[in-house]
Amino acid sequence: MNCSIEVHNLTVAYQRKPVLWDIDFALPQGKLIGILGPNGSGKTTLLKSIMGLVKLSSGHVKIFDQSLDEVRHRISYVPQRESVDWDFPISVREVVEMGRYRKGHLLRRLSREDRQIAADALEKVGMSNFASRQISQLSGGQQQRVFVARALAQQADLYLMDEPFAGVDAASEEAILTLLKEMQAKGKTVLIVHHDLQTVNQVFDNLVLLNTRLVAEGPVEKVFTQENLRAAYGGKLNILSRVADLVGNREFPVREARDPEKP
Amino acid sequence: MIEFFTLSDPNVRMVTLGSMLLGASAAIVGTFTFVRKRALIGDAIAHSVLPGVCLAFMISGDKHPLILLAGAVVAGWISLLTIDGVVNVSKLKTDTAIGAVLSVFFGLGILLLTAIQQSGNANQAGLDKFLFGKAASMTEQDVWIFGLVAVVLVVVIALFLRPFLHLAFDRDFSRTRGYPVRALEFLLSTITVLAVAVGIQAVGVVLMAALLITPAAAARYWTDRFVVMLLLSAGFGLLAGYVGAGVSYAAPSMPTGPWIVMLLTLVALVSVGFAPKRGIFARYQLQRQNSRKMLAENILKAFYKMDRKKSAPYDAHTEAELQATRGFRREELRKGLNRLRRRNLVEKAGSKSWQITELGMKESRRVVRLHRLWEVYLNRRLQHAPDHVHNSAEAIEHVLTPEIEAELLRELGKPQTDPHESPIPYEQNGNH
Repeated sequence: MNCSIEVHNLTVAYQRKPVLWDIDFALPQGKLIGILGPNGSGKTTLLKSIMGLVKLSSGHVKIFDQSLDEVRHRISYVPQRESVDWDFPISVREVVEMGRYRKGHLLRRLSREDRQIAADALEKVGMSNFASRQISQLSGGQQQRVFVARALAQQADLYLMDEPFAGVDAASEEAILTLLKEMQAKGKTVLIVHHDLQTVNQVFDNLVLLNTRLVAEGPVEKVFTQENLRAAYGGKLNILSRVADLVGNREFPVREARDPEKP
Repeated sequence: MIEFFTLSDPNVRMVTLGSMLLGASAAIVGTFTFVRKRALIGDAIAHSVLPGVCLAFMISGDKHPLILLAGAVVAGWISLLTIDGVVNVSKLKTDTAIGAVLSVFFGLGILLLTAIQQSGNANQAGLDKFLFGKAASMTEQDVWIFGLVAVVLVVVIALFLRPFLHLAFDRDFSRTRGYPVRALEFLLSTITVLAVAVGIQAVGVVLMAALLITPAAAARYWTDRFVVMLLLSAGFGLLAGYVGAGVSYAAPSMPTGPWIVMLLTLVALVSVGFAPKRGIFARYQLQRQNSRKMLAENILKAFYKMDRKKSAPYDAHTEAELQATRGFRREELRKGLNRLRRRNLVEKAGSKSWQITELGMKESRRVVRLHRLWEVYLNRRLQHAPDHVHNSAEAIEHVLTPEIEAELLRELGKPQTDPHESPIPYEQNGNH
């Protein structure tokens, strides 16, 4: 079977409340696949279930037709940027080199080759000049690029990324996007939790549309339809309420005194 | 005092060596406790080992340090498990669970201690040293055990430094890499309990958290590198142990433990105050530098504003005129002008009048340019009305770097005027 991730009958609950409910899908290999859904729809939990980081209430996950433990070395995980303390006393290089330590090699020193691979990964995300910096000195986008470099250093076949574009500047977005296309060209599979509906068409080949339950899964052109989005986002996609939220939260005036663009 | 420094008295030698070993052990382990943000857990373990020490004595009837140490380690471990259990079973948050476990275990310890003291067991004298510590009564046997524990801690940490560090930084990632996370956490907790169990003999359960956390907190101010922080922290622990023992030697009525803690606190205070970059003084200096830069640039702008033709020879202006243009305080203005003169940006034209130089004019054009570019940016990109952009630009003109200026120019396409139709001054040579 030519299948990267197979999720069967997966249910995950926090304090008994199902966050993911009877999820079933089989994803192809060599594609850029987006996971889309409203806030709290279980996107991050889905990634964590695939990586074995949360307890499954039911169901199972298979990766490349095998169990996680058998193929762990072929998978790489990029957690949400906010999940770590960026004031931690660790340098950019040390974070990226984390990608070269693995089960059974914990106590070994990194080889020259390992260090070179980590340095190359930093080069690829355009962060070589920052190798010795402490991570708190980086901007949000640079932090995200360091996380991506750590994943690259793992030289995996399957990449799971949690919101790699969240809070990222244009240059970093561009750098990460280029890398993703490059990885895809090399036949890697990348599964990305994403929140920006605007960019879906440019980035992804396939989509998983989620709202606690699986709404739809398949090629973008088939899944990314008004109907499916309405099913996933429910009333929340109502433009009027979103704009009202923006006005309320950002303290924009409801009416503008005058238009600055016109003399 | 000579006797102390040469450590010729075997008793002094023991106390000093013991204090240093305990200080360093706690500081090394505490560095991990600190970066894992578990300072309170350290405090809970320290208080919770007391009933273990008492029970070990009651069961064995012996005060052998190894037996008491074993009791302390077991009790410390049970307290950790209890905290985890309470959090998992109830909906209580970790801080609540820590607070509850800490006081219940400590209360139990005091209860047992009182029972032992009233039992009439002649052997019990000295058990109460676990409450507040009694470094001065350390024996050679104690020091051997402390040394052994210190060696074990250092070996474990040297071996597992990377995995421990990765675990502390990003636990989930470590799990996805197949690290034996539970085993590593067990090991880390065990060495913490061990360090606490020996450390309380110097400073007692009440002050133990300080021995664990303070050196690491102080070390963090001096470095961004974990290994350096670890060594620095250990150094602080050693130093405090050494000086603490010295103080109680010089003044025999002085207790060693509290002195060690006070010394560590002093080190921490100095670090908070005077460490480069992170310290309060360094940040104050940076602020002072900034306000000098702002003053200098504002004075140059005042010259620019008053100059009619913006080309040499430039008009001379009195201090009163400068003050009228922009509300400078007289003293401040004079200091600012003198600093500008040293940089060859202005020169004296008379007793109380000044003239801007060619170099100064160039610098003032830069500031005015940044001001107006920022106004254009706010107006065009963020739709701020033209009468709302000036105040922001007044502050931001001092902040913008040449890189950001280049970026602004790229994004705005070298605008010729600001939103108030004033021309934006560019340099002739084509740099901008």
